Amino acid sequence: MALPKRIIKETERLVAEPVPGIQAVPHEDNLRYFDVSIHGPTQSPYEGGVFKLELFLPEDYPMTPPKIRFLTKIYHPNIDRLGRICLDVLKANWSPALQIRTILLSIQALLGAPNPDDPLANDVAQRWKEDEPGAIATAREWTQTYATS
Amino acid sequence: MSEMSDDDFLSGGSEEDFNDESMDSDFEEEDGTQYLDDKDDRPQKKAYEVDYSVLSEEQIEKAQSDMIDEVHIILDLTPENAAMLLRHFKWNKERLIEQYMDSSQRVLEYAGIDLSGSNKLEVKKVPGFMCDICCEDDDDLETIALRCNHRYCTNCYQQYLFYKIREEGEAIMIQCLNHKCKVLVDPSTIERLCTPEILHRYHELLNRTYVQDKQNLRWCPAPNCENVIDCGVTPNQLQEIVPTVMCSCGHHFCFGCGSNDHQPCPCGLVRKWLKKCEDDSETANWISANTKECPKCQSTIEKNGGCNHMTCRKCKHEFCWVCMGPWNEHGTSWYNCNRYEEKSGVDARDIQAKSRASLERYLHYYNRYANHEQSGKLDKDLYIKTEKKMTMLQSASGMSWIEVQYLDAASKVLQQCRQTLKWTYAFAFYLQRNHLTTIFEDNQKDLEMAVEGLSELFEKPTDQLANIKVEMMDKTAYVSNRRVILLDTTAKGLQDGTWEFTVEF
Repeated sequence: MALPKRIIKETERLVAEPVPGIQAVPHEDNLRYFDVSIHGPTQSPYEGGVFKLELFLPEDYPMTPPKIRFLTKIYHPNIDRLGRICLDVLKANWSPALQIRTILLSIQALLGAPNPDDPLANDVAQRWKEDEPGAIATAREWTQTYATS
Repeated sequence: MSEMSDDDFLSGGSEEDFNDESMDSDFEEEDGTQYLDDKDDRPQKKAYEVDYSVLSEEQIEKAQSDMIDEVHIILDLTPENAAMLLRHFKWNKERLIEQYMDSSQRVLEYAGIDLSGSNKLEVKKVPGFMCDICCEDDDDLETIALRCNHRYCTNCYQQYLFYKIREEGEAIMIQCLNHKCKVLVDPSTIERLCTPEILHRYHELLNRTYVQDKQNLRWCPAPNCENVIDCGVTPNQLQEIVPTVMCSCGHHFCFGCGSNDHQPCPCGLVRKWLKKCEDDSETANWISANTKECPKCQSTIEKNGGCNHMTCRKCKHEFCWVCMGPWNEHGTSWYNCNRYEEKSGVDARDIQAKSRASLERYLHYYNRYANHEQSGKLDKDLYIKTEKKMTMLQSASGMSWIEVQYLDAASKVLQQCRQTLKWTYAFAFYLQRNHLTTIFEDNQKDLEMAVEGLSELFEKPTDQLANIKVEMMDKTAYVSNRRVILLDTTAKGLQDGTWEFTVEF
């Protein structure tokens, strides 16, 4: 099946003008499947880490949002053990005008600003609320252990 | 006898079968309970009856457009904008008007409506334009933009609407494709861009949200029925009343919770009961049949083999399975209990009996409830057979179609009473024991006996059915009368709050 023009354009632009701290490379055998890496934002417990994600553009894209998942283990209240992400723009607030690049930026922003009030990983969120310094320390530890090569 | 005169009257008019059919179904709508009320000039409203009306899809649409007309005149808006505002305010007209008078600007903004821009949707070809969604940039690409001027190609818009309406079931909150823009796609744009099939779905969704938003409306839950019931009973009245309604499709259901007719049991108790049955009934049956409790610590014990000398795993108490007394009193008579009447054994059995009593009590009610449920199902099969019987009876006895209708009436009454009986057991389970409860149980017993009597008549072979016609009609009238009495007194008790329950609901 021919790849829609939109996906081709987006891919071209991702390569030509990459977003700082974000990389997205399509698989050669499946141009809808991307290997993504996001650098942990500075001033956050994820600083210094490089997080790998997978991204898939479903058949209906851009009418439906891309499917994204963290592959690197991460300690974050809105990301669960399977790497699934709780982010409004990936679900109800998706709009076809959003793009891969804007979504990845939103995820990077989520790393910089965890939201324990809308949790996906309940235990992490609980800790984040009750013992924020401790939770941040754990997040930093995990970043060191899993997200640095 | 009123029943006979009914029948005479009906058979007198039997030349026009079609008219009779509609007339007859009118009679059925009153559940046969009206036979007795027919003697009065006007049937009195019973305590368990509620006021309601059945609305068709057209009537629902008309109700919406009436309200839209009213608001668009009062607030001086186009009908389309009035409709969008009403939908945004969940059809709460008063609140909308009040807030609009307060600050029209804020309300419009909040609802994603902009009055300043022109509402005219223009399909334009813009040279050099590239659609942000599909990245097409042909010069003859047709494009549109809402008031917000976020321009996309018509094709993408159509796909977007298709997706929102078809896949997401969204109708009133479809926003501009731009993710930051809160402007709503107005109905006329939708009408213009969508295929008839999608539009049909769109209107269905609009009606659905209307019914959901209005507290006094509820869809008839029967399969393939598209009617709506309009009833004024609010959720906080549900402790005092069981608002049972009947759709014109023939389905009886509770307006409060949408489930099948569960008179006389209020919705709260129904929920509790069903939950309890789901959790407990089978387990409880098994426990009752296979276990006893340790006389000392009340742990439930299953004896799965071995001798009668039991040692409780939990508290190490040693006792006899047969007499439940302590084992040491058995002395040397191992494996054999001849001490049944010993006081310690009796005491132990007493305690056991108490802890079993609550379980047994539940099972008592549950088994009767389940029994009526089962019988109800069988009666439904019977009803299907009834029609056959009626035809057979016509040819066997030479009766006319209208003359065998008493079978149909009896069958319907039977089913309905089974349904009621079933729920009386759930109701009784939660009642405190007092004299009102005793009266209730007497009523329940009367109804139950009458129902069984009628049920028995039904099972007679066809050739006898003609001879017992009068008896059957009498019984039918009696049974439905018993049901009315039971429901009426129960409903009055609920309204006056005289029932004492063992639980809060």
